[in-house]
Amino acid sequence: MTALPRWADVILLPVLNVVLAFLVGGLIVLAVGQNPIEAVGIMLYGAFGYGSGFGYTLYYTTDFIFAGLAVSLAYHAGLFNIGPEGQAYVGGLGVILIGLALNGTHWAIVFPLMIVCGALFGAAWAFIPGYLQAKRGSHVVITTILFNFIAASMMGYIISRILKPAGVNSDESAPLEAITRVPQLRSFIELFRNSPVNLTFFLAIAALIFVYWLIWRTKFGYAVRALGNNPVAANYAGISNQKMIMIVMALAGAFAAMVAVNNVGGVQGRLILNFVNGAGFVGIAVAFMGRGHPVGVGLSALLFGILYQGGQELAFQMPGITREMIVTIQALVILFTGAMGDMLRGPLGRIFTQPDPVAGGK
Amino acid sequence: MTSLNPENAQRPEGAAAAPLAIELIGINKHFGPVHANRDIHLAVRRGTVHGIVGENGAGKSTLMSILYGFYTADSGEIRVNGAPQTITDSRHALALGIGMVHQHFMLVDNFTVLENVVLGAEDSALLRPTLNKARDQLKALARDYGLEVDPDAIIENLSVGQQQRVEILKALYRGAETLILDEPTGVLTPAEADHLFRILGKLREEGKTIILITHKLREIMAITDEVSVMRQGAMVQTLKTAETSPEQLAELMVGRRVLLRVEKGPANPGDVLLDVENLIVTDDFKVPRVKNISFQVRAGEIVGIAGVAGNGQSELLESIAGMRDQLGGTIRVNGRPLSLAGDDGAARARLAGLAHVPEDRLRMGLVTNFAAWENAILGYQDKYGDGPGLDIAKARDIAGEYMKKFDVRPANLDLKTSNFSGGNQQKIVLAREMERDPDVLIVGQPTRGVDIGAIEFIHNQIIKMRDAGKAILLVSVELDEIRSLADRILVMFDGHIVGEADPASADETELGLLMTGSHPDRAVTEPGTLPAHETPAQQTMVQMSPKDNSGRETN
Amino acid sequence: MEQALVDITLILDSTVRLAVPLILACLAGLYSERAGIVDIGLEGKLLAGAFAAAAMSAVTGSAWLGLLAGIGAALLFSGIHGLASINFKGNQTISGVALNFLAAGLTTFLGQSWFHRGGYTPQLSGDQRFNPITLPFANELREVPILGQIYWELISGHNIITYVAFIAVPVTAWVLFRTRFGLRLRAVGENPKAIDTAGISVTLLRYQALIITAVLVGIGGAYLSIAQSAGFNNNMSAGRGYIALAALIFAKWRPGPALLVCLMFGFLDAFQFRIQGQSFPLIGEVPVQAIQALPYILTVILLAGFIGRAVAPKASGIPYTKER
Repeated sequence: MTALPRWADVILLPVLNVVLAFLVGGLIVLAVGQNPIEAVGIMLYGAFGYGSGFGYTLYYTTDFIFAGLAVSLAYHAGLFNIGPEGQAYVGGLGVILIGLALNGTHWAIVFPLMIVCGALFGAAWAFIPGYLQAKRGSHVVITTILFNFIAASMMGYIISRILKPAGVNSDESAPLEAITRVPQLRSFIELFRNSPVNLTFFLAIAALIFVYWLIWRTKFGYAVRALGNNPVAANYAGISNQKMIMIVMALAGAFAAMVAVNNVGGVQGRLILNFVNGAGFVGIAVAFMGRGHPVGVGLSALLFGILYQGGQELAFQMPGITREMIVTIQALVILFTGAMGDMLRGPLGRIFTQPDPVAGGK
Repeated sequence: MTSLNPENAQRPEGAAAAPLAIELIGINKHFGPVHANRDIHLAVRRGTVHGIVGENGAGKSTLMSILYGFYTADSGEIRVNGAPQTITDSRHALALGIGMVHQHFMLVDNFTVLENVVLGAEDSALLRPTLNKARDQLKALARDYGLEVDPDAIIENLSVGQQQRVEILKALYRGAETLILDEPTGVLTPAEADHLFRILGKLREEGKTIILITHKLREIMAITDEVSVMRQGAMVQTLKTAETSPEQLAELMVGRRVLLRVEKGPANPGDVLLDVENLIVTDDFKVPRVKNISFQVRAGEIVGIAGVAGNGQSELLESIAGMRDQLGGTIRVNGRPLSLAGDDGAARARLAGLAHVPEDRLRMGLVTNFAAWENAILGYQDKYGDGPGLDIAKARDIAGEYMKKFDVRPANLDLKTSNFSGGNQQKIVLAREMERDPDVLIVGQPTRGVDIGAIEFIHNQIIKMRDAGKAILLVSVELDEIRSLADRILVMFDGHIVGEADPASADETELGLLMTGSHPDRAVTEPGTLPAHETPAQQTMVQMSPKDNSGRETN
Repeated sequence: MEQALVDITLILDSTVRLAVPLILACLAGLYSERAGIVDIGLEGKLLAGAFAAAAMSAVTGSAWLGLLAGIGAALLFSGIHGLASINFKGNQTISGVALNFLAAGLTTFLGQSWFHRGGYTPQLSGDQRFNPITLPFANELREVPILGQIYWELISGHNIITYVAFIAVPVTAWVLFRTRFGLRLRAVGENPKAIDTAGISVTLLRYQALIITAVLVGIGGAYLSIAQSAGFNNNMSAGRGYIALAALIFAKWRPGPALLVCLMFGFLDAFQFRIQGQSFPLIGEVPVQAIQALPYILTVILLAGFIGRAVAPKASGIPYTKER
C-alpha cells in the first residue's frame, strides 16, 4: 500500500471519496433531467434556512451519531455490525416499558432511566450475535443482518399484539404523558419552533466525546484496537478476545438503542411500528465516512442530517426528486468511502511521491 | 557488483558438453524502493541439479518467480534452451517446460490429488476425459520416479511430504523439463527430505533439470552439481559443487566470516524457575501436538529445544505462554502453577513473571498497524495507568527508552510498526519482553528474518539475560543457533522430548538422528515415518493469517 | 380427505411459486461465493433486476425485453461489486451493503422520476408478463385423481421462469462438479493462489462468476415483478436476497441442498399465509411473525453450530493480492 502523508491519509482521501460519491449522485440527478446544483441549494435551505428545519437537521443528526457510533465501535474491534437497525428497535422496547411503568413521572427521573433501560435492551440484543461470534464462531456480519429481521418480526408481534391498547387502530403502544417525555429543545429555544430535536441531542454529543476517550485514551480502547487490527496479537497480549467481542457488541447495541430514546422518548412518545425507519442503516454510511473517528462520525452524521432534512424540503420543491435520492447518496457514500476507500490511494500516492525522485532511485 | 557472466566464467569442464536449459541475463526487479534482483546472470545446464543459496531476502525466490512468470522482470533476458523468451505468466512458463514447486504449496485443500494435478491443465471443457488421462499418467510417473500418491486422496488428509509430491506431479504432468524447488525441505522431516532427494536424483537421471533454492548448505553439498550464491539481490558467484566447501559457500552468502560461536561464559544454574510437568497440548484442530512432556529450566541457564519445524515446538511455546488450552499437565513459573482457564491466559502468565518472544512477530508479537510506542507496551498495557485510562505519557517514555537501549532505527515513536525492518521490529519485541525484568523468558525463532547485524546483537542480549539469572527457554529450527546459545539441548520429535544433549559435546549426527526420531536407542515411531498428525492444515493456518502480511520482510 | 389433498396441493403450489426467486438468488450467490466473493448484495441485485424488468416491460410491452433489462441491471450491479471487490480489493461485505442501499434508493427514485406513481411501475398485463404455461396433457389429465391433479396443479401451469429456476439446479451441479470451469471456480474460492500459479487469471474467473450471478439473480428479479406480480412496487424483494443468502449457508454452498432449503423456506412462507388468523388445538393461534422469522432463526442456529457446521469457501471474502 502506498504511504501517504498523514494529513492526506486522514483528511484529503476521505474528503475526496465523499466528493466523488456526491459527484456521482449529482450525475444521477442530472440524468433524470433535474438540476443538481438547484437541488443542493434547496436542501441547504431546508436544513439550515429556518428554525424548524435546522431543528429537524439536528434531530436526524442525533439518530445518525448514535447509529454511526454503534457501527464504528464494533469496527474498531474488527466487527462489522450491520445490526443497529434491529438493536435500536429492540432498545425502543426498553424505553417504552420504563416510560409506561413510570408514566406521569417527571422526565428528569425517567430520562436517565430510559437511557439505562433502552441501553440494556439494545445491548442484550447485540450481545447475542457477539456471543455467537465469540463462542460459536458465527460471523456477526451475517448474524446481525438476520437479527434485524428477527427483531422486526418480534417487535411487530409485541407492538401489535401486546402493547397495542384496545380500541386503537394503528400499530403502536399507549402514549407517554407530556411530563414524562424527553423535553424538546423548542420549549427552551424559540428558534426550533415545531421541530422534534430534544435533549437526546446533547447525549449524542456526550457520546462522541465518550467514545473518543474510550477508544484512544483507555486500556479498554487499546485492547479493542489491538483486537481489531490483529486478533492473534491481542490474544498474545493477554486480552480475552471472546470477552472483548461480547462487550464491544453489547456496547454497540447500547449506543444504537439511544436512537430509541431520541424517537420513542423524545419525539413520538410511544412505540410505533418500524419507528427506526432506516436510521440504523444510515449509521453504516456515517461510520465509514467518518472513518470510525468520533469527529468524523459527528461531521458525517450532520451531513446525513442535512441530507435527510434537506431531502424532505427537496421532495416538496422538486417533485422530480424523491427522498429516496438520499438513500442513493447514502449507498454511494458507503461504496466510495467504505468499499472503494483506497481507490484513490494509488493515484494520490503517485502525486505525492513525484516531487521526491530519491525514494525510488537505486 | 561483481556479477558473473555465464558466457565466460568458470564453467566446469566436465559438464561443458551439456547444453544450457535456462539462461538468465541481466535480470533486474524492483519492488517499490527495494531492488530485489540486481543484474542477475545465471546459467543452468540441462540434466543437472543446480543449487541457489542465499540468506533470507537475498532475492532467490524473486528470481525464480520471474523465471516462472509469476512476476515480470524490469529488465533482462530469459533464454530457455537457447531461445530468448518473454515469459508473461505462469502458464507460459509451463508451456516452455518450466515448473515450480513453491515453498508454500499451491494446492486446493479440499480437492483430490487428481483434481489438483489437472487444475489449469485440463484438456477440454468437460473434466472426465482429463481426469481419466491424468490417472493413467500419475501411475506412470509414480512408477518412473517413486512418486506414489493416492490420486483420490483429499489434499488436507495428506502429509506435508505427500503434498509436496503432488506439487512435483503437477509440474511433471504439465510436461516440465525444468523443475524449480523453493526451499523444499523447510517443512519436511529428514526422512521425507531423503525421499525427496531420491526423487530428484531419479529426475536428473531421466534428463530433467532441477533448480534447488535453499539456505541449507548440507543439501547443496549432497545433491547439486553446481551452485550459485546470491547476496542482497545480486549473484555473487557460481561454483561447481565438487570444488567448493560449506565454509566457502557460507562466507560467500554472508559476505564475511561468520562467527558461529557466541562469546559466553559457563552457566550457573540456580533454582528451578520454569517447571513443565506431563504437559499435553492440542493444536487448533484438537490434534495432540505436545505429548506428555516434562522438563525444567533453572535460573541462569538457557535450555534450547531443537527439532524439525512442526514437531510440537510452537504448541509447547504457546502453551507455556498461556495461549493454548492444555489437555493435561502443569506449568509452574516460580513454583506457582499457571491457571489457563479462559482465553486470557497470556495475561496471567505475564503476571507470574514470564515473558514471551513469539516465533512469528508479525502474526503474533506485534500489531503492525500500531505506532512503535503502542507496540512497546503490548501485553503490558494494564501496567500503564491506575484506573481505566491509559497513561500514554508514561508509555511513550518507556518506549523511547527501549528504542534507545536496543538501538531501534529509526527511533521514531510514532512510526507505524509495519514500516520498520524485520530486525528493528524484532528489537522492539525483545526490548518489550526483556526490559520488564521477567523471571522466565521463552523465545521462539529469535533471529528469523533478521539481518546479520541484528542477529549478533540479539544473541548477546539473550546471553545477558541468562547471566542476569533468568531462566530462558529457546526454541529454534536453526540447529546452529541452538548449539551456540543453549547450555542444554532438548530434542523434540513428534511431540515428545526424545533426548537431551550437551551443546559442547553433542555430535551433529547424533542430534540429527534424534530430531528425526530415527535414533537407534530412542526411536519413538518407526524410523522414516511421518508424525501421525503432521497434516498441512496447521501450517496453512499459520501462513495464511490474512492481516499483517503487509510488512513481511520488506527493506 | 379430498379437501386435505386439495389444501396440500395448493400449499405446495404456492411453495413452488414463492421458492422460485429464492432458488434463483441462492444459486446466483452460490456462483460468486464459490468463487470467493461474498455477496451480501443479492438483495439489491434482486431489487434492481425486478425494477428494470418491470420498467422495460412497461415501456416496450415485451416481457422478454423486460427480462433482458432485469439481467442487465443485475450485471451493472455485479460490475460495481466486481470493481470494488476485485479491482480495488475493497471489502466485499461493505460493497454488498452499499449495493443494497443503492438499489433501494435508485429504484424508488428512478421509478418516481419516470412513472410518477410513487415508485410503482404501471400495471402490466398480457405479453408484458410471463404467463402460466400449460404443459402437454395437463388439461386431459386434470380429472385423473391424485396424480393427474398434482400434475395439473403443481407441475403444470407455471411460468417459464419457474421451470428455468428448477432446471438451473441440476445444471449448476453439473457445471460445478463436472466441468473445467466448475473445477476452476471452486479452486479460486478455496485457494486463489493455486489458480494464479497455474497461470489462470483470478480476476477473470471471479468476473465470470459474477456475471453468472447477475444473470441468475436478474432472472429472479424479473420473476418478482413481471411473472409473479404485475409490476414493480417499492422494496418488493422484501429481504428475499437475505433469505437466499441464509439458504445458501444452510445448504453449505451446494446446489442440491440449496434447492431443498429454498423449497423449505418457500413452504414456510406459503404456510404462513395459509394459517393467518387460524387457531390450532393446544397451541392456539400461531403468530405470523413467528413463522416469518423462522428462516432467520433457523439460520442463526445453524451458524451457531448447533445443527451441523457451515464452512464457507476458504478464500471467500478475501480480495486476492499477489504477495511479495
